[in-house]
Amino acid sequence: MTRQKELLRDLKRAERRRRLMALALVAPLFFFLLVSFVLPIGDMLRRSIVDTELSEIWPRTTALTKAWVWDRASDPTPEMYRALGEDIRESARERTIAVAARRLNYAVNNGRSLVMSTGRALRREDEDPADWRARLIEIDPAWGERKTWIAIAQAAGPMTDFYLLTAVDLERDDRDRIVQRLPERSLYVQVLGRTLLISVSVTLLALVLGFPVAYLVANAPKRIAGLLMILVLLPFWTSLLVRSAAWIVLLQDQGLINGALQATGIISEPMRLIFNRTGVVVAMTHVLLPFMILPMIATMKAIPPTYMRAALSLGAHPAIAFVRVYLPQTLPGVAAGVLLVFIMALGYYVTPALVGGAEDQMLAYFIAFYTTSSANWGLAAALGVMLLTATAILYLVYARLVGMGQVKLG
Amino acid sequence: MHGARTRTEQIARIVLIVAAALVFFFLIAPIIAVMPLSVNDSEFLTYPLRGFTTRWYEAVFASDKWRIAVVNSFLIGLPAAFIATVLGTLAAIGLSMADFRGKAAITTLLLSPLVVPIVIVAVGLYFFFAPFGLTQSYTGLIIAHAALGAPFPVVTVSAALASFDRNLARAAASLGAPPLTVFRRIMLPLVAPGVASGALFAFAISFDEVVTVLLLGAPHQRTIPREMFSGLRDSFNPTIAAVAVMLTLLAVLLLLVVELLRARSERMKQQAGSL
Repeated sequence: MTRQKELLRDLKRAERRRRLMALALVAPLFFFLLVSFVLPIGDMLRRSIVDTELSEIWPRTTALTKAWVWDRASDPTPEMYRALGEDIRESARERTIAVAARRLNYAVNNGRSLVMSTGRALRREDEDPADWRARLIEIDPAWGERKTWIAIAQAAGPMTDFYLLTAVDLERDDRDRIVQRLPERSLYVQVLGRTLLISVSVTLLALVLGFPVAYLVANAPKRIAGLLMILVLLPFWTSLLVRSAAWIVLLQDQGLINGALQATGIISEPMRLIFNRTGVVVAMTHVLLPFMILPMIATMKAIPPTYMRAALSLGAHPAIAFVRVYLPQTLPGVAAGVLLVFIMALGYYVTPALVGGAEDQMLAYFIAFYTTSSANWGLAAALGVMLLTATAILYLVYARLVGMGQVKLG
Repeated sequence: MHGARTRTEQIARIVLIVAAALVFFFLIAPIIAVMPLSVNDSEFLTYPLRGFTTRWYEAVFASDKWRIAVVNSFLIGLPAAFIATVLGTLAAIGLSMADFRGKAAITTLLLSPLVVPIVIVAVGLYFFFAPFGLTQSYTGLIIAHAALGAPFPVVTVSAALASFDRNLARAAASLGAPPLTVFRRIMLPLVAPGVASGALFAFAISFDEVVTVLLLGAPHQRTIPREMFSGLRDSFNPTIAAVAVMLTLLAVLLLLVVELLRARSERMKQQAGSL
């Protein structure tokens, strides 16, 4: 009896040692990805709600507007005007004013020039004016408007919903209510819609094109299947840039497609096929098609032929047997392919940037643009939140539906 | 009755083959169409062809820009693939060794670089690296590419381990081999094809990655895809076609090696099964 207990204890100990060993092996990659992947993304998401730029540069003004924020019915007080005047003057002398100007420009029309010109005017004045309010309004009447002050108050930080609201074309009005942005200041709902539309088109196109190929490869004799597999995998391994170059060559005005269409007399003038939506959808479908085909092949290969044979021998019409018996069994592979292609399409940057026009740029383009070109990091982060949320939801559906153990490469 | 069915099936079969052939044409033709233009004696990337020349290839080989790009691509790709492969292989072995709490969640996390949009990763690193001075550095790009490539060895090694016979490791251990020897002499040779194809995948990912280089790279760190990117945007000329042809040949080579590794691993599986 005790011997048995001892054995059991030893077994448990060995089991525990195994588990610890397993964890120790997984740990290096886990921590590497934590530092190089999870934390950076988390840090980026944080930037979508953190708003401390203005409060660092104009501490007096933002401290006062925070108190004023609860009572926006009243006009800004003389102390607030005094604080603003001093803050602007000081930041102009310390040359930090450009950051404040940029931040206000997000929320106020011509906010940048308003702040910069006021800074230029006040920088050289050593004596305080008798009436700061009158002096500021003299420089620019916009300082007398409640709207400007609301914008300052909303940018006072340390947290804001400004960027997240902007990312869905909303803003707070002068009564602090959430309202629709004016059409000329709206963009991102349209960009999101465009991103979804392109992704859906590419996914459906890839499904329609991929299904017959997957079926053929899955049911071909082994030797031929191997050869066909290489044809599917070659584009998969070929550089994204090479494939974009190929489509530019094919679809340009003097390209092969236009040449062929003109030679056969179908069209007389070259058709615009690239640097527009057609080019983006065609090139993206080409890039993502292998990701649709490969999971479908894996599923179709595992479908036992006996069910179809049974249905046929029981007298079902081949078409009906195919739709009622075969098709349902392909659904796991179809779902995996559709989800994979859709997820990857959502975040695409390179292909639309190379073969699309200005009206075809997707969410990823604007995230990169606001990070590097215009340094509106809060907005880049807020758009990133949208993209990442959509991706994460679909990825979890994929993990649930397909199972991460099923991820295979080719 | 029976004849009608086979006729329908025959028609369906022909339709299927024609449809699939068209899709294969769609997949392969664009990649081939760009090739002749790389030896075409014309400044323009248009058909019909004018005459044969090797000057575009000579221009690529003579150019400092492309030489630096090639060096940069390997300088970033090789260390990135190495880090990804070592960490990914260890993790795959760990995942296959025992069940532990949160294993599914950890697996999902380890594989998530496969699906998270690269622009999100690049922007995140852009902010995150700045205080450490890692933006515009080789170290930063290597870390970024290693993270993006790491899931591939995890997947390929896991697949190789799924067919690994644990009794072999147990036999070696019972004969007195220390764990490290078991790993080196028994496990590694058997999962080697998985490790190798994982490494090739990770390298290929880095070798074709342009978004992180756009956001994190310095002007002197332009890689081959980065030069392709600006070439396609600003001055698309036949030297780009020449580079494209060379990259395609490299892709064919990588593809064949990975397929050979896969065949080898299948053979090993069959041998192990017949023991």
